[in-house]
Amino acid sequence: MRRLIIAFCLAFLGTTAQAEIDIKEVTSPGGINAWVVEEPEIPFIALEIRFRGGAALDLPDKRGAINLMTGLLEEGAGDMNAQEFQTAREALAASYSFRARDDTIAISARFLTENKDEALALLRKALVDPRFDQEALDRVRAQVLSGIASDAKDPGTIAGRVFDAAAFGDHPYGSSSDGTVESVTALTRQDMFAAHRNAMTRDRLYVSVVGDTTAEAVGGMLDDLLGALPDTGVPSPPKAGFALEGGITVVDFDTPQSVALFGHRGIKRDDPDFFAAYIVNHVLGAGGFESRLMQEVREERGLTYGISTFLMPMFHAELMLGQVASSNDTIAEAIDVTRNEWARMANEGMTAEELAAAKTYLTGAYPLRFDGNAEIAKIMVGMQMVDLSPDYVVNRNDFIEAVTLQEANRVASELMQPDDLHFVVVGKPEGLEGTQ
Amino acid sequence: MKPILAGLALIASTFSAQAEEVTTYMLDNGMEVVVIEDDRAPVVVHMLWYKIGSADEPVGASGVAHFLEHLLFKGTDVLEPGEFSATVAANGGSDNAFTSYDYTAYFQRVAADRLELMMQMESNRMNNLVITEADVETERQVVLEERNQRTENSPGALAREQFRAALFQNHRYGVPIIGWKHEMEQLDLADALSFYDLYYSPNNAVLVVAGDVVPTEVLALAKTYYGVIPAEENLPVRERPQEPPQRAERRITYVDERVSQPYLVRSYLAQERDPGAQQEAAALVYLAELLGGSPFTSALGQALQFDTQTAIFTSASYNGSTLDSATFDFVVAPSEGVTLSQAEAAMDAEIARFLDAPIDPARMESIRTQLRASEIYAKDDTQGLARRYGAALTQSLTVEDVQAWPDILQAVTPDDIKAVAAKTLNRDQSVTGWVVASQEEAR
Repeated sequence: MRRLIIAFCLAFLGTTAQAEIDIKEVTSPGGINAWVVEEPEIPFIALEIRFRGGAALDLPDKRGAINLMTGLLEEGAGDMNAQEFQTAREALAASYSFRARDDTIAISARFLTENKDEALALLRKALVDPRFDQEALDRVRAQVLSGIASDAKDPGTIAGRVFDAAAFGDHPYGSSSDGTVESVTALTRQDMFAAHRNAMTRDRLYVSVVGDTTAEAVGGMLDDLLGALPDTGVPSPPKAGFALEGGITVVDFDTPQSVALFGHRGIKRDDPDFFAAYIVNHVLGAGGFESRLMQEVREERGLTYGISTFLMPMFHAELMLGQVASSNDTIAEAIDVTRNEWARMANEGMTAEELAAAKTYLTGAYPLRFDGNAEIAKIMVGMQMVDLSPDYVVNRNDFIEAVTLQEANRVASELMQPDDLHFVVVGKPEGLEGTQ
Repeated sequence: MKPILAGLALIASTFSAQAEEVTTYMLDNGMEVVVIEDDRAPVVVHMLWYKIGSADEPVGASGVAHFLEHLLFKGTDVLEPGEFSATVAANGGSDNAFTSYDYTAYFQRVAADRLELMMQMESNRMNNLVITEADVETERQVVLEERNQRTENSPGALAREQFRAALFQNHRYGVPIIGWKHEMEQLDLADALSFYDLYYSPNNAVLVVAGDVVPTEVLALAKTYYGVIPAEENLPVRERPQEPPQRAERRITYVDERVSQPYLVRSYLAQERDPGAQQEAAALVYLAELLGGSPFTSALGQALQFDTQTAIFTSASYNGSTLDSATFDFVVAPSEGVTLSQAEAAMDAEIARFLDAPIDPARMESIRTQLRASEIYAKDDTQGLARRYGAALTQSLTVEDVQAWPDILQAVTPDDIKAVAAKTLNRDQSVTGWVVASQEEAR
């Protein structure tokens, strides 16, 4: 039996907290990798599985297939129909969740030490031997169609759909991963098997385990759990172009508070300037009450309950986005203030004090993320998907500390382009005209 | 409420069954202290809970409890406006607050060695708030925008407000936590300060500290910072208007063009968890699971989603963590082509069938196992444990009640469930609500 275990014993030396986390890398005899943290204190195990690609791997004319397929994984597998499968899961008090996102299929499992073999055997059926019974397909399809109809009347979702369609056009990012009424209605059982075969493959797989187990034991169970999946499926879509120019799009919708989504191009996760951009975004709109936008739009003027910005480095495109909601008669002012702050950051950058405060917060908050087995498992699987190594958890705060004021402000002027900023506003905004 | 024992310097006790390590103290001024030890990460959660919520508000000032919660992030005699949160952030921590019907709570999550600073600031704002008229004007706009975001922009939330207002005929649980809009618009500095001066007092507060801490050290800090604040002598006894016997069911149709999926809700008044008397509440937890906990295995899920395609969604839910009356709620979303009348008739038929049939022992065992496991999973979430104790202690339960609850859940029998179902599922104590996009859908 060939089994490789590499152990990294890491201690955070953050500015405010020290935590120890011992990440072991293990490779199964069949060649499946996993990151493991042994936490024997509580008798349960958290398991996180990701398949890189996600709903963006939908074939042309099959939009929504991967989302529906993922929803059906818990609806019958092997010799069990949906009710038999769920009866068995509940009796074990295990929980499995299956979610399709734009870039990933995410599977989270939690189960007790006392019946871990049974819980893993049941999960295995869902992952490698789903049934996609016609009865289940029709039932879950009706739920998805109801969700699509609800989204069409939700201002926040409408804003996202309009922004994505204008930015990404025919690329999968340009449409909802749920699919449309027409595309979902047309999906068949064969489409489900195809989506499973295409998107849940060994070459797209990432695994992490935290809890009452050992790296050795994890190495021994990976092949049984996941080894039967095909080696490879469909290729990834190409890089998405970004077609949205600066301006305002107003979507008329009868509701008292307008919801605005705004943004432009962003920055890649592996760009050398990513950490500088991360700090810029924090100071502008991601730092909660301390961010400039929260101070100016909420604290100073009372125009909103919340405004935030975020960097979205996806696999095929990068965005810098923000969102704000304000009454129909004040949204124009909220947008005006936001534009001004965007330009101020681009033109003047931040102060040395703001940079220092951001660094103190970001480096201090980082170790606090590692609280709880499920949280640590999620962080570890996320790190693997963006090609980070286990020692990143030790070095990450150094990357933040290394950003100089000059760098941060150079990146602010490059990243933030006030003229490119596009607002999609859903509601009945007063004094606001669309530009197209 | 826990009695305040005057003249006794300190009451301390440690519980440590298989449950989490919990130590409790009471300070001389009547403030309760709960310490939950978890040394898996060098982190602490510091929470201050006040036994005051929206259901304690004076008539006509709905929303003042939540509004005051917002104002506590303004300045004090020693902290500039915003300095509290800025200081927490500068220490790598995060802070926030929440208001419910029965409590208002403030919390910070930060490296364990920063606990003293958190206590210093939190104890300072218990008595020394400095709010200006300008703060009130701006923050009132913020809470109105919060109401817009949570409620006015959400047909489901607006419908829920109407249903609760009809379910509670006398209790303030019928008034939304965030407040009615027309009353929120009138909230002023005096409303906020009169509430603050009376209720933000050590003898009306519970401190919960959870994480990598030593109980005796927490106690020493608590004495230093909270122990010196005098008790409020005029703190009123917490007695709120209770529900009269309810004698007639209520029906409401909420129409809103923004609704895409019609659905129906049925809410019944239900017994809450009370000190030393949690058995009925425990049986109600099982009843909700059996009737509508899982779409695959519950009575409603099987009958309406599998055996017939009557509904695309069914649920039954119960949360007994309230100071006064709790609710037991059903939701059914009919399938395409099924009317709300048909869906409601199917729901009631299935409930009736459940009441007549024996309870499947295998289902009982499965729910028992899941409840036992949920206690194991809960230990992974220190902040969740802190919230569990804070909520319970502001809702009249004791630490003993919290720790007895898992065993009480394990002891529930089918007879207990049948008895509590017969008592609770009484239409005279219920509201049935339909949520539709147009009158034509209301059939």
